[in-house]
Amino acid sequence: MATRGKKAVEKVKLLMDKTERIRNIGIIAHIDHGKTTLTDNLLAGAGIISKELAGEQLFTDFYYLEQERGITIFAANASMVYDYKGQDYLINLIDTPGHVDFGGDVTRALRAVDGAVVVVDAVEGAMPQTETVLRQAMKEYVKPVLVINKVDRMINELKVDAQAMQIRLGKIIDKVNELIRGMKKDKYEEWKFDAAKGNVAFGSALYNWAVSIQTMKKTGIGFKDVYEYCNQENMKELAVKCPAYEAVLDMVIEHLPNPLEAQKYRVPVIWRGDDESEIGKSMARCNRDGDVAFMVTSIDVDPHAGEVATGRLFSGSVEKGKELFVSGTYKKDRVQQVGIFIGEERVEVDKIPSGNIAALVGMKDAIVGSTLSTVEMVPFESIKHYSEPVVTVAVEAKSTKDLPHLIDVLRKLAKEDPMIRVEINEETGEHLVSGMGELHLEIITYRIEHDEGVPIIASPPIVVYRETVEEKVGPVEGKSPNRHNKFYFELEPLGAEVVEKIKTEGITVGKDKVLLRDKLIEAGMRKEEAKNVVNIIEGNVLVDMTKGIQYLRETMELIQEGFEDVMLKGPLAREKCRGVKVKLVDVKLHEDSIHRGPAQVIPAVRNGILAAILLAKATFLEPVQDVFISIPQNLLGNVTRELQGRRGQILDIKTEGDMVSLKAETPVAEMLGFAGDIRSATEGRALWSTEFAGFKPIPQTLFGEKVMEVRKRKGMKLEMPNVSDFVS
Amino acid sequence: MLTFVGLGLYDEKDITLKGLEAIRTADVVYAEFYTSPLGGKRVEKMEEVYGRKIFILQRSDIEEHAEKVILEHAKNQNVVLLCGGDAMIATTHVDLRLRAIDMGIETRIIHAPSISSAVAGVCGLQNYKFGKSATVSPPYKEVISEVPYETIRANKERGLHTLLYLDISMRIHEALVLLEAVEEKKGEEVLKKSLIVGIARAGSDKPIVKADYLPVLKNYEFGELPHVLVLPGELHFLEREALIKIAQAPEDI
Ligand SMILES: Nc1nc2c(ncn2[C@@H]2O[C@H](COP(=O)(O)OP(=O)(O)O)[C@@H](O)[C@H]2O)c(=O)[nH]1
Repeated sequence: MATRGKKAVEKVKLLMDKTERIRNIGIIAHIDHGKTTLTDNLLAGAGIISKELAGEQLFTDFYYLEQERGITIFAANASMVYDYKGQDYLINLIDTPGHVDFGGDVTRALRAVDGAVVVVDAVEGAMPQTETVLRQAMKEYVKPVLVINKVDRMINELKVDAQAMQIRLGKIIDKVNELIRGMKKDKYEEWKFDAAKGNVAFGSALYNWAVSIQTMKKTGIGFKDVYEYCNQENMKELAVKCPAYEAVLDMVIEHLPNPLEAQKYRVPVIWRGDDESEIGKSMARCNRDGDVAFMVTSIDVDPHAGEVATGRLFSGSVEKGKELFVSGTYKKDRVQQVGIFIGEERVEVDKIPSGNIAALVGMKDAIVGSTLSTVEMVPFESIKHYSEPVVTVAVEAKSTKDLPHLIDVLRKLAKEDPMIRVEINEETGEHLVSGMGELHLEIITYRIEHDEGVPIIASPPIVVYRETVEEKVGPVEGKSPNRHNKFYFELEPLGAEVVEKIKTEGITVGKDKVLLRDKLIEAGMRKEEAKNVVNIIEGNVLVDMTKGIQYLRETMELIQEGFEDVMLKGPLAREKCRGVKVKLVDVKLHEDSIHRGPAQVIPAVRNGILAAILLAKATFLEPVQDVFISIPQNLLGNVTRELQGRRGQILDIKTEGDMVSLKAETPVAEMLGFAGDIRSATEGRALWSTEFAGFKPIPQTLFGEKVMEVRKRKGMKLEMPNVSDFVS
Repeated sequence: MLTFVGLGLYDEKDITLKGLEAIRTADVVYAEFYTSPLGGKRVEKMEEVYGRKIFILQRSDIEEHAEKVILEHAKNQNVVLLCGGDAMIATTHVDLRLRAIDMGIETRIIHAPSISSAVAGVCGLQNYKFGKSATVSPPYKEVISEVPYETIRANKERGLHTLLYLDISMRIHEALVLLEAVEEKKGEEVLKKSLIVGIARAGSDKPIVKADYLPVLKNYEFGELPHVLVLPGELHFLEREALIKIAQAPEDI
């Protein structure tokens, strides 16, 4: 049974303390499979929105653009109370975005939850994004239950009979199980889906009904009856007898773990500190009397309260006035308010114990992914991102008096969404905003204009490149302008595995040198180099291979600055570098610090490395995307033509009935404008999505052209750079 | 020919007669003021007194574009390069001279007094007892060079005095704060126990020479730049007397 309004708030407050009756869950699905509709259903069941509206209101799609496009973009949080077998339970739901342009959000949300409701469309079956999000859930040790949605369509549109329906449903389950087995062998037996076990529900979120083995026992309504109800278009009655939220929430409570159970096995996976340390033990036990350990999964800027950090409290209790360390900043912020979510609303409470999803006001130094704690602790692994912002627009305030406001707005947006990067182009003074794709950027510029009220001019989107090296060179000498200092560098490709690991795990040079060394060795770096890495930026490393050089310590900061300069602006076209290993092998320094100041060391290092990159056969890397398209067979030709015109490479084609699913890899640069073109090429009948697939070397034939294109845009000389531009 | 001419300690009148002759017979006269402080020199004043137009060079003119800016001309013209203090006191000039020699250009030096030779006399210390010198430079991103501090220590261990140049725009107060920070970090007491001599505007009409311990010197008003510091090592009785009488050192040193 459900509880409404004020009463719900009171109950939530009571239940926060009963850890074994808490479930922290997320809902994951391929786009359009019904995640939003189901979410509203559950909230309606819990009395958060009225039942009549469920299935229509799309509660979590509260954002205008989401409604217009019918997709969920921003993770919203909601807590609800559900009465199961006479006892109240608190279900904290974190909504995860459905569009892969926003992959970062999904992963973040998953880290905060222990269980996931996987929604799969009965007609389409498991789709590429089902696989992607499921893989992310498995990585984070999030236990799944399955909801097969849109069963009504199977019956009413595909006109299958009761028996064929059961066979098709069985096949969908098998397919998803196959995925899980591939991703998580150790948990497969325990976690695999089995209708008889009760961790699968079948239903229609749109028509508010669902059944599972449990509900069948309780109500006596089996597949045959379901089939009849649908066939007779009497789903209203079915919804009353077997409401969707009941089937799903029963399953959530029975099959998904509470924080006490989950943290035991999840903490060692999602946290890389010492399991035997006080804080480690406290988290594994979900000890509310222990030190505070909190992981921030999203930041919103509230016009009244300021920044609101939402996340999972793994240990301790948080109350107003508590001071928390913010990982990576050496700062402490004071909690001004603690709250929980009910629907979209944040409700203030006095104190929140471990195991809950909480909202903290006052954490002004926190960013998404920060660990907040009462004692200094090893932070949660930096959240794994599968995507990088590779499409950029330059934005400019229409009226110069709006400029200060625009800067504030951009800063705020970047805080709220870590997949946005904002940079200032020092040459032109433009603000460069980078995002995951065209759509993502469209939303950002829309928000700036409409939500924040700053009229802007945005440039057409451009794609960023990376500069890299293909060969080994060195030592190359960089000399300071006063000629009193010399630096010698060897360069070589860093290796794809190392770059990949640095990027996905967000490896940076921190205090813990041993951990850094071990991670780099694991990624394939040699020990002598791994232990001497002094700087990592944008997937490039600086290794100090020198020994016992006097005054080097006083100069290292400057050397790093020169290195970072180049890595952010390579020699070819001032694009960022990627996959470059720079080894400092020898240094000759003037003894007196006045002769080795910033004006001497930085240019010496910069020019040395710039020249070395050119000597090591510099080239461009371009971002590529995997494109998943599903279309009716007869349109296949139109689609392949569209892809080939975009340097696309078709990797896989599968036929299912009269539908074709196709996977291709395409340079992001060629994908600009794809949405419109594919729509007209297929009369809008293509269902498609994209996923970031990393950087690949640009074809040799396009190299010169692309370099010049970027140089031209940046107002640089239209000539290939020479080694002699940097060293004499 | 490239002639390096020292301008001497303080103002336009500290140049030697030989230096002045070189200027007057030169085809081009350059000056650089980034290695040594301007002190009481004014370019307009110099031009007036020396009777020649003076072209001021930037750091990059000498460090990066010396060939084009200076050396090419020196191949078949008489080029003079003026700088504060002695002509060869900045290492950059040695480098420039070597490059000139490599290009087959004749070079010449016309010396003038510099703070490194004057300092002994200014405070009454004996010239042959100075050890290595060092420069106190502004910190970069909170990294303070330890070289000046280590130089003082090494000199003191051998009983030697230390001359510390200060960055071109640095005051004695600032330099002492930086040295103190290094001392604190190292947990040592070299500075705290040492007599220190602060010197402002050596060679001018109103120089200041003041010897005392850290707390007093840190708050002493030395006035206009340039400033330098001396940390005396072991004192000969004559040096002690000179410091008291010339530099107002406390009587009990
Ligand atoms: N027939 C039918 N349509 C559904 C069902 N669930 C969702 N839909 C429709 O499918 C579309 C996508 O649903 P939505 O919840 O927005 O999907 P999401 O992208 O996963 O959030 C909408 O038009 C829904 O009305 C269902 O059970 N049956």
